[in-house]
Amino acid sequence: MANEETPLLSVRDLQTHFYTDEGLVRAVDGVSFDIHRGKTLGIVGESGCGKSVTARSLMRIIDPPGRIIGGSILLRQERNDGSGQIDEIEIAELSDTGQDIRNIRGEVIGLVFQEPMTSFSPVHTIGNQIVEAIQLHRSMDDRQARERAVELLTMVGVSRPEERLDELPFQMSGGLRQRAMIAMALACEPDLLIADEPTTALDVTTQSQILELMQDLQEQTGMAIMLITHNLGVIAEMADDVVVMYLGQVVEKGTVDEIFYAPKHPYTKALLRSIPNIYQPSRVELPTITGSIPHPYNRPSGCPFHPRCPDYMPGTCDVDQPQTVTSKTGQEVRCFLYTEGAVRVDGSGNSEKEERQWSHTS
Amino acid sequence: MLGYIIRRAMFSLVTIFLVSILSFAIIQLPPGDYVDSYIAQLQATGTPVSEAEAENLRARYGLDEPFVVQYGLWMRQVLRGNLGTSMQWQRPVREVIGDRLALTVVVSLAALVFTWMIALPIGIFSAVRQYSIADYIATTIGFMGLAVPNFLFALVIMYIGWSVFGLNVGGLFSAEYELQGWSFGKFVNLLTHLPVPAIVLGTAATAQGIRVLRNNLLDELRKPYVVTARAKGLSETRLILKYPVRVALNPLASTIGYMLPFIVSGSVIVSIVLSLPTVGPVLLTSLVSQDMFLAGAIVLLLGVMTIIGTFLSDMILLLIDPRIRMEE
Amino acid sequence: MADKEDLSRKPDEPRDPDIARPEATVGAGADYNADTEAARQIGTEGSEAEDRVAVATQFQLMWWRFRRHRLAMIGGIVVLCFYMVVVFADFLAYTSPQASEAERSLMPPQRVYLFDDGSFNPHVFGLDSRRNPQTFQREYFANPDDKIELEFFAEGFEYNLLGFIPTNRHLIGTRDREIGESVFLLGTDVQGRDMWSRLMYATRISLTIGLIAVVISIILGVVMGGLSGFYGGWVDMVVQRVMELLYSIPTIPLWMGLAAAVPDHWSILRIYFAITLIIALIGWTELARVVRGRLLALREEDFVMAANLAGASQFRIIFVHLIPLVLSHIIAAISLALPAMIVAETSLSFLGLGLRPPAVSWGVLLQGAQNIQAVAITPWLLLPAIPVIVVILAFSFLGDGLRDAADPYGM
Repeated sequence: MANEETPLLSVRDLQTHFYTDEGLVRAVDGVSFDIHRGKTLGIVGESGCGKSVTARSLMRIIDPPGRIIGGSILLRQERNDGSGQIDEIEIAELSDTGQDIRNIRGEVIGLVFQEPMTSFSPVHTIGNQIVEAIQLHRSMDDRQARERAVELLTMVGVSRPEERLDELPFQMSGGLRQRAMIAMALACEPDLLIADEPTTALDVTTQSQILELMQDLQEQTGMAIMLITHNLGVIAEMADDVVVMYLGQVVEKGTVDEIFYAPKHPYTKALLRSIPNIYQPSRVELPTITGSIPHPYNRPSGCPFHPRCPDYMPGTCDVDQPQTVTSKTGQEVRCFLYTEGAVRVDGSGNSEKEERQWSHTS
Repeated sequence: MLGYIIRRAMFSLVTIFLVSILSFAIIQLPPGDYVDSYIAQLQATGTPVSEAEAENLRARYGLDEPFVVQYGLWMRQVLRGNLGTSMQWQRPVREVIGDRLALTVVVSLAALVFTWMIALPIGIFSAVRQYSIADYIATTIGFMGLAVPNFLFALVIMYIGWSVFGLNVGGLFSAEYELQGWSFGKFVNLLTHLPVPAIVLGTAATAQGIRVLRNNLLDELRKPYVVTARAKGLSETRLILKYPVRVALNPLASTIGYMLPFIVSGSVIVSIVLSLPTVGPVLLTSLVSQDMFLAGAIVLLLGVMTIIGTFLSDMILLLIDPRIRMEE
Repeated sequence: MADKEDLSRKPDEPRDPDIARPEATVGAGADYNADTEAARQIGTEGSEAEDRVAVATQFQLMWWRFRRHRLAMIGGIVVLCFYMVVVFADFLAYTSPQASEAERSLMPPQRVYLFDDGSFNPHVFGLDSRRNPQTFQREYFANPDDKIELEFFAEGFEYNLLGFIPTNRHLIGTRDREIGESVFLLGTDVQGRDMWSRLMYATRISLTIGLIAVVISIILGVVMGGLSGFYGGWVDMVVQRVMELLYSIPTIPLWMGLAAAVPDHWSILRIYFAITLIIALIGWTELARVVRGRLLALREEDFVMAANLAGASQFRIIFVHLIPLVLSHIIAAISLALPAMIVAETSLSFLGLGLRPPAVSWGVLLQGAQNIQAVAITPWLLLPAIPVIVVILAFSFLGDGLRDAADPYGM
């Protein structure tokens, strides 16, 4: 995470909770990360760990009874007048129906998500929906917007774009629809594209096409991508930095190489172990993570992962929440295995010990 | 698309055919036949009928033939526009119910318009503001509307109209217009009398409509395309009107097909309570006095009317739902 | 940065992330492993709750969900109360529903005084009648000197409690006078019959006619819907068309037509069953629709395939395996169909085409309030409308709650 440039978006201690009849669900509970221009941040975790809620928090499109109750989402934007001046917008404090956030949606942050089947309105043509996205933020007449839509569809590799514009979503294949979805998200050249499981519902060949497309577009436009997935392979291929989430918390954060080749957190390690590997001896049961994700209303005490953790330390893990510790290279982990005298985020602690313990990372 | 239209048209024709059989069965149901009742009627007025005359009549109506043949004879007459003669009124059925049928259509349509005017905004509002106080009020009113049988509602409205406002809310015309021919004044007079029956008739359907729309809309509001639209930066109002409402309208449009029979059904009984000059009261008296050709004709015409209405609502659905249009 | 070449030799690291890509799905391998300490701290309460859910029968689950639905609970209790009235109608009534006396025509409801000089002593005042010289209407005045004391569990006319226990006890009675001649809690009708007692008997008739009609409807609906939903194909086509036919024509004229054909000279019981049958014949479609819809969905499930492969007959699969699964939906549909049946009976009787006097049902009672004059001068004749509305509302709430509870995927 050694990026010197000021991040496009900084999330600090974000908390999004759901106030349901059954109780409080801490879907996102103190998440922090940065997103840099031109880079891809991968967010990985099992379903229900708060990935999607994090993404939607950034656009302020959390459905009730969910609410952002704390933390900050700082967006840095260059001023339009060419002065090079940077404006900082605190997204967490905007009204979620106001004009300010609507200027950010679509214009600064674009969203693509999982279900290409249902992400388009079934009764409006693709063209209608893309043109609308353009006209919301660009003063173009219908003809110009249509031309722009054709341009966009061409860009994402849709053949016969003119005809496609007049088609209804159910007339297109899943892959085509996801391309059209990306085209729509990119209509106003956003600085950040949030892709929430963009390939999960697609077949394998289409998956890799869509991922390649996203990489190409990133090279062309220099946009940042926030890629949410439970598929570690996709992360390995696409991401520059990785955030591993478990039950609404970031348990580990680092560059893609750090995560894959020097994972620290027992959860990350377990995730990686559960990937089938062609070098493994055959007919051996695939290692799995013990237990299943606890019910959101029954969060374990202490470290949320401790009931499933192979390195569980009774008396410690089930009592306190571990603090986040940062290595010299910037890899962060939230686990008691590394907190014994390690450098804490708040700067206290002993750097020497940390050095010894983390030496193999460099 | 053409396939769809043909299919619906065929279905409507088959339904009309079945309704005609049902109507004829109703004509045939009472013990004895038409001639028996006719003779009884004539004798009551002091005109004796000879045995030969009776036989003659029976032969003419084919009353000695089996059901199917009788049905065929009756249908042939009906298709020529001859619905038979009303014993009670001593006039052709067509003359007895002509105007009344038209007014039945008017009252039913007024109720349908009222239903949509109320159900649409309330349904949308209560879905968008789910669990708000307004939603609870709308839902409760909806329940009440469904729970109160509309003839009781009519009675209560009459009672309130009479005891609070000193008005007689029944009828479709003021006394001075009742026997007049059609004029602009009579038309205006009709319009002023329409709201009460429209509300009484439309309330249950409105309650139904609110519930259907609210549930559809709640489903639609959770769909990803709504999130997509919101992520584009669309304002809430435009978003809700353009996307989920549009999608939720389709099933609602298809419920017209179910609402129409419901409203027409209700109009019969409400008309009796509110003494509206529609076919309802005539149907009741004809059934009570066993004037079966009249009763059968009314059941048949009401059925045909609703089936045509349902067919038209299917065609509206075709216009607004591209998915059906594209279907082969 | 980590050195890929070097680290790739570690056996438990993926060597080439690309290879693992399509299958590497987090959580897919996360099996539940009960023998580990997994359950150790998940929260004892939580896991007990989960265990409870895991072993609960479908009806327990339904009951738990239903309990949370407060309006439905209230609806259920109200419905229960109404059926108590059905069972104990003759105990609650204090006079025969047919006892008429022209002298007592159209008496207004009496006010009940619970206290007498500060002590509990429920009583009413006797009514003196006088004919109005202008309108010739009989008018009634409470006579404060004529105090009629009420008592509970008093003796009255003979009847069989629950149909087989002969008794003459009634909920209320009077201490020293013939109750049928002095107490009219809800007033009297034109023929001077006591409205309260008539209402009790009417409740019995109206609610049971709905119940019997629903039973017939269920049988029709389950059989037709079951055949249609399970066999599909042309069976489904035919049943569907019949259902659509009944949906697409106005039912009230049809009911009226059929009901009018019931001969006048039939006995009350025969008319009662004829009307029940007519209502059921037209009302089964909704039940059939529910059953069919659920069966269509269930038919595709693996366990049906398994039963088929095991050689179970089609009849056995439908009625042993599938219908029980649809049962909760059927129960919900019943409680929504019942009020429709009750309204149908009430409407027909109100029009004079359903049950006919001397039978008493809500519709028959409401005949007295058929025209505006009657309603305006004797508004208490409209009272039977209240139980109709209350019971229908209660059934609607109950049915709604049951339907939500019956849907395992409901919120």
